[in-house]
Amino acid sequence: MSALRESLGFLASRLRQVGIFVALILIVLLFQVLTDGILLQPQNVTNLVVQNSYILILAIGMVMVIIAGHIDLSVGSIAGFIGAVSGVMIVHWGWAWWIAIPACLLVGALVGAWQGYWIAYVGIPAFIVTLAGMLIFRGLTLITLKNQQITPFPDELRALGGGFLPDISGGTSVLEWLTVILGVGGTAAILFQAIKERRVRRKFNLENEPMAWFAVKTAFIALLMLIITFLLASYRGTPIVLIVLAALVIIYSALMNNSIFGRHTYAIGGNLHAAELSGIKTKAVTFRLFVNMGVLAALAGLVFTARLNSAQPAGGTGFELDSIAAAFIGGAAVQGGIGTVAGAMIGGLIMGVLNNGMSILGLGTDYQQLIKGLVLLLAVGFDIFNKNRSGRGGGSALRTRFKLKTTPPAAAESAETAADRPVAVPASSRQESTVRNS
Amino acid sequence: MNTPILQMRGITKTFPGVKALQNVTLDVKRGEVHAICGENGAGKSTLMKVLSGVYPHSSFDGDILFENEPCTFNSISDSEKRGIVIIHQELALSPYLSIAENIFLGNELTKNGWVDWRKTNLEAAKLLARVGLSENPVTPVQHISVGKQQLVEIAKALSKEVKLLILDEPTAALNDEDSGHLLDLILHLKGQGVTSIIISHKLNEIRKVADAVTIIRDGKTIETLRLDEGQITQERIIRGMVGRDLDSLYPDRDPKIGEEVLRIEDWSVRHPQDHTRMVVTNASLNVRKGEVVGLAGLMGAGRTELAMSVFGRTYGTAVSGKVYKHGREINTSTVSDAIKHGIAYATEDRKHYGLNLIEDIKRNISMAALRKLAKGGWVDKNQETIVANSYRQSMNIKAPSVAAITGKLSGGNQQKVVLSKWMFSDPDVLILDEPTRGIDVGAKFEIYTIITKLAAEGKAVIVISSELPELLGICDRIYTLSAGHITGEVPIADASQETLMHLMTKEKE
Repeated sequence: MSALRESLGFLASRLRQVGIFVALILIVLLFQVLTDGILLQPQNVTNLVVQNSYILILAIGMVMVIIAGHIDLSVGSIAGFIGAVSGVMIVHWGWAWWIAIPACLLVGALVGAWQGYWIAYVGIPAFIVTLAGMLIFRGLTLITLKNQQITPFPDELRALGGGFLPDISGGTSVLEWLTVILGVGGTAAILFQAIKERRVRRKFNLENEPMAWFAVKTAFIALLMLIITFLLASYRGTPIVLIVLAALVIIYSALMNNSIFGRHTYAIGGNLHAAELSGIKTKAVTFRLFVNMGVLAALAGLVFTARLNSAQPAGGTGFELDSIAAAFIGGAAVQGGIGTVAGAMIGGLIMGVLNNGMSILGLGTDYQQLIKGLVLLLAVGFDIFNKNRSGRGGGSALRTRFKLKTTPPAAAESAETAADRPVAVPASSRQESTVRNS
Repeated sequence: MNTPILQMRGITKTFPGVKALQNVTLDVKRGEVHAICGENGAGKSTLMKVLSGVYPHSSFDGDILFENEPCTFNSISDSEKRGIVIIHQELALSPYLSIAENIFLGNELTKNGWVDWRKTNLEAAKLLARVGLSENPVTPVQHISVGKQQLVEIAKALSKEVKLLILDEPTAALNDEDSGHLLDLILHLKGQGVTSIIISHKLNEIRKVADAVTIIRDGKTIETLRLDEGQITQERIIRGMVGRDLDSLYPDRDPKIGEEVLRIEDWSVRHPQDHTRMVVTNASLNVRKGEVVGLAGLMGAGRTELAMSVFGRTYGTAVSGKVYKHGREINTSTVSDAIKHGIAYATEDRKHYGLNLIEDIKRNISMAALRKLAKGGWVDKNQETIVANSYRQSMNIKAPSVAAITGKLSGGNQQKVVLSKWMFSDPDVLILDEPTRGIDVGAKFEIYTIITKLAAEGKAVIVISSELPELLGICDRIYTLSAGHITGEVPIADASQETLMHLMTKEKE
């Protein structure tokens, strides 16, 4: 009984992270019922992955930019521009794909460096610089394409958008075995990693996650992985872009959690002044974040172009909004300092399932936009509501209630108010301390 | 002249954990200029906020009589209706609006519901004439100097038919010429029947304008001195301001002072926005191994500005001067350079400049020296936890674990996290700016013990503090700053609160 209560209490404290995950599952189940089971048919699951891959790639870079307290409105235009550049390189100039892809990523890096320079070193707000970039790179896309689409692309590049890993059973088996091997292997790796991390946390006495909850959560994630593996394996196997995406998620999650660069990004978003006064080179970090965003936008542009088999003047339009929405639905904080790559992926999948499910139902883009807008508003509104209830620091209203019930009133009150209480300084000295800003 | 305009009786105001004002009494006579004096944090500004309704009537104890009628203000607009106007040290003007618009902001002159611009500008011009400011009322406020902006504030107060004008450190942001002009204006308004309360600790200004001085110390009224009774003397004011209760204990120490570690020479800094203002002028000081050096000064003396400009030019413009470490000149023009040369600066404002409040303890401790925990750009998180845990124990940070969010800790524990962060960067020189601000007495003793221990380990420590007893309790040597100048260097054996306060209020030769 106490294990259950402990688990529930922990769940309440992680309401945001757990809530978004539960929301994704509920949305999937809802559309599974509404579409009479079409949503989770193997072919549609494959479609879901491929259709959303470029938004998810953008969301990785976007959540990093947002964690640092910035925004990027230009990624859709950059993706479109790189699509156009790839068309010129590959179709017009006849470059091989293995030269063109790195070249396109390099162009993306230069575009990011251009924007990063204005934001980090000149000090123009990212909102303005990237709004300008949205226009500039859309303009350059149209100029590059001379307002006409470029098509067709060679098969090697198209594989990036719509290709699958080779079928090792030669198409004779009901299940595609390479996918099964990858899926089961990946699941095992995730289980192994989760248990290892838990052991380290226990060793340092940092563990506050109840065993029961850990077991349920890990088992559930493993089950989910295996279900997706099964669904993919029973259609055409593993999309190549899924491998790319998985690699990016692993690399960028590690980067944000464990690298100096990632940690400095969180520090800048959490408190820019404190980061500066701790010797963090805030401008260099910001610059690099935008270079990185440029590269990922270029990659997304390549995937999108490969999938459509054409570079189009309007390619990438609106991608910025989907990827920003993904980051915020996935728990990134508007004022920076909070957010995860994994969260942005879940946020992106929620948007993707909404898109896909509503399309199957035959809802027009009018209603799709209306509903997606409301979901974004509710998700961020829920965050703000939580914060107002329990002060800065990302606790939850529910946890407050739990504490008030399970601890004596006086103790609970002091624990809760301590955080919000102004430091006990006479007001005069507090005011005096701000004089150097005057 | 002898009828009272304002009587405050038994004012007591408490913040959680602190009594900011205790039984304060203030009597102001009609038509006088009444100065309020006191050290930083004595409660001067709190008292004025009580008077002007910033703190509503129900949030404090005591009575206020204005023109013999009791006052129960719930907001600033209530007190303004009665003719009490407060001008804060940070001006509350909107920079892009015109002078006239600012004067009538919130109080617009209208005709049939529309702003009457002719009347607005006409009336503004009249008010500007009264304060002796010859500017076109349609000029945007951002285009006039800070000194003139102060006059616009006063014109705004006059537009509200002010009877009692409260000026909180009105000359803190002004140069000498503008200050003189402002003081003349206060005297001029006095001639027109406006009573003023002026918060200041510039003794020359007080001698120039004040008819009476009330001294506040530790939230209590010490005494009111009157000019006509010949009581306003520098001696008397200083004696009243110092002599704070020695409520804290200090750890014993046995200083082992070695060779010079850091020397700052001819350090000058100008204000980042107002380039004509010198904030620090030709300051020179040094600190030796194992020594704790104090930096004493009143508000606006330039202590924090001196420290931050040395620490990676994080304050000011046109910084000039030299920094020597172990006798060799070093470059501290960026924070990372300063850290590389073994300098650490723990800010006075830990919430805004010291901590990432949404992050946990361990990530805050490692923030300034993450590279020490990393191989090839990747952070060893286990090592980070081990390091953070060792500081949690040695510094006695009270938290469930090092994964606790710093925003949820008490002020004392937050300060220990800040100190841990800088100790982990392994500096030779630590500059601690108001290390015990906002911390309760018990935690203060712990911080003093840490400072003593750091010195015993051979670090050179500079402590900036507004609390003279604290400096006397932990320092080996104390520098005093006044208006950006180093006005004295006192070995601890010769230091007392009176000698320091004399030097802290010393005027330029």
